[in-house]
Amino acid sequence: MKTLKIEDLSKNFGSTEVLKKINLEIDEGNFLVLLGPSGCGKSTLLNIIAGLETINEGNVFIDDYNVSKVEPKDRNIAMVFQSYALYPSMNVRENMIFGLKQAKTSKEKIEQQLEKVSKFLQVDQLLERKPSQLSGGQRQRVAIGRALVREPRIFLFDEPLSNLDAKLRVEMRREIKKLHQQLKTTVVYVTHDQTEAMSLGTRIAIMNHGVIQQNDTPENIYNKPSNTFVADFIGSPSMNLIKGSLKESSGEISFTASGSNFEIPVKGYEFKDKSNLNNKEVFFGIRPEHIYFKKSNESDFEVTLRADLSEYIGHEQIMTFDYANQEVLAKFPSTIKIELAKETKLYFDLTQISLFDAQTEERI
Amino acid sequence: MQDNLKSSSYQQLEQKSKYTNMFLRWFLYFVLILFASYFIFPLYVMVVTSLKTMEEIRQGTLLSWPSGLNFESWAVAWGGRGYGAGDTFLKPYFWNSIKMVVPAVFFSTFIGAMTGYVLTKWRFKGDSWVFLFLLFGCFIPFQAILLPMARTLGALGISNSIVGLVLVHTVYGIPFTTLFFRNYYVSVPTELVKAARIDGAGFFKIFFKILLPISAPIIVVTVIWQFTQIWNDFLFGSTFSFGEAAPIQVALNNMVLSSTSVKEYNVDMASAIIAGVPTLIVYVLAGKYFIRGLTSGAVKG
Repeated sequence: MKTLKIEDLSKNFGSTEVLKKINLEIDEGNFLVLLGPSGCGKSTLLNIIAGLETINEGNVFIDDYNVSKVEPKDRNIAMVFQSYALYPSMNVRENMIFGLKQAKTSKEKIEQQLEKVSKFLQVDQLLERKPSQLSGGQRQRVAIGRALVREPRIFLFDEPLSNLDAKLRVEMRREIKKLHQQLKTTVVYVTHDQTEAMSLGTRIAIMNHGVIQQNDTPENIYNKPSNTFVADFIGSPSMNLIKGSLKESSGEISFTASGSNFEIPVKGYEFKDKSNLNNKEVFFGIRPEHIYFKKSNESDFEVTLRADLSEYIGHEQIMTFDYANQEVLAKFPSTIKIELAKETKLYFDLTQISLFDAQTEERI
Repeated sequence: MQDNLKSSSYQQLEQKSKYTNMFLRWFLYFVLILFASYFIFPLYVMVVTSLKTMEEIRQGTLLSWPSGLNFESWAVAWGGRGYGAGDTFLKPYFWNSIKMVVPAVFFSTFIGAMTGYVLTKWRFKGDSWVFLFLLFGCFIPFQAILLPMARTLGALGISNSIVGLVLVHTVYGIPFTTLFFRNYYVSVPTELVKAARIDGAGFFKIFFKILLPISAPIIVVTVIWQFTQIWNDFLFGSTFSFGEAAPIQVALNNMVLSSTSVKEYNVDMASAIIAGVPTLIVYVLAGKYFIRGLTSGAVKG
């Protein structure tokens, strides 16, 4: 039984297709993050799961029960919004129990739930206050509390941390993580922040233009992006994608960047399909943090590149190198001194590379 | 030496700017007082004239101070002289106006709040067209709809009645009240409505429990606006009612224009003030919310 299952879901606003045949499944207790740039349809998808948007095609199942036409209140979900959406005229107590009162829950049960949740979230001192008298973090806690008291099957979070300042955001992120570890409820969480996604999610679904690009664990998303969009979207600075072609001679496969004859052996790479690799146009993907200044492994491959630009950001520096007229970024500790406009020896970690078909932009 | 020179020239400049500032300040107050007196002048004339006897009015000037506080003309304006036919006084018409204004303001405000709520929080296909046509209502000159409205009131059997006037004012208030509430509710985060829907509240519950309690500023604005419009209306009142069903502005007009004998300026002035007092009271009581409500809108969660 899947806690949440989405089947061939399509949604359009007028002639704009927002979601195209989305398929998604979540197991009990998982923390799924929907990640993507703005306008990719992630919030629409969340609203559809909540029942706040109608569906054009496809179905949504919660616990194997088709809820596509069920009212939001009957879906056994709770949602936390970006603007907190606390009812301004009600105090914290009334805010938290509003849903239970609508559901005609008994007085004792309401009190019991309220006490449990408000203690748990440390808002029990704030019960008589109005939302306008709370700080950003407290509002966020109350909003989560309002979701918790209903004991839903699925928690939906719509960019809940975007309105907080940087420091508080990191704190609340940790609290949400703790919350999930303790309660082990199923969560669907929308964000455009990759750090949030990586640190919170047990699974991440990356979306773009209404299509799920990759739905995987954070590790796989980072190490084995399934296409160039994911490769480019995750990581800061993002993965270097060097254009070039593959060459196969006597069983050895190597990569040559366009405009150069320098060959990089890629024999250790796990190809999905080993056929027809000779002369294939590809992108050679390597993350800036996998380019080293010193050789540390046997598999590290030496290249000589010219340093063009240096960006100092405190604990580290981002260097831009020229590789056959293509920019390659690398990340080093800021203690290393590299002279600009000079050829420098660098080491590519070949166990960490990704190769993408230049036409389809899919991982090969 | 150099420093001394510098500091003395700075002192000079400082002195100069002090004089300039002082002059500008006095000039500012002068202009303000000038304009204030310009606006208060008619009211002053009305009040002193209403307190004079006819004898004093004939002998004194427009600006001269009354000999004493003589409220007789106010009593006449409000309650009449007590003789039978042809004696027009404001009291019954004042109540007519109240009976017309209160329900008309209530209904137009309430309906405006509802439509504003629907147009912003329950969007539907073509809602922007509905809003556009409602906006047209704000720009239609009222003279243009007098005839069709008269026919409509006749067909409904409520012409020359207060109910008829309530209907007219409600209908022609809705474009304005809708505009007010729509613009206010646009700035209320729609997530509030979504949260309430997930919590299980329906269309009316969300309106009454979530949105109305935070609408106080815009309700005040709308009430003041509608009250002033409807209380001061003469066109609809004079067209759709006559005789005993007339609102106060029509009665005031009849009183001032139809007196056959000597013009009683003191009674006229007292009547005019009485007819204007309710709007003044509404402004004084709720005025500070008026500006606040017009400019604010955003409700911080």
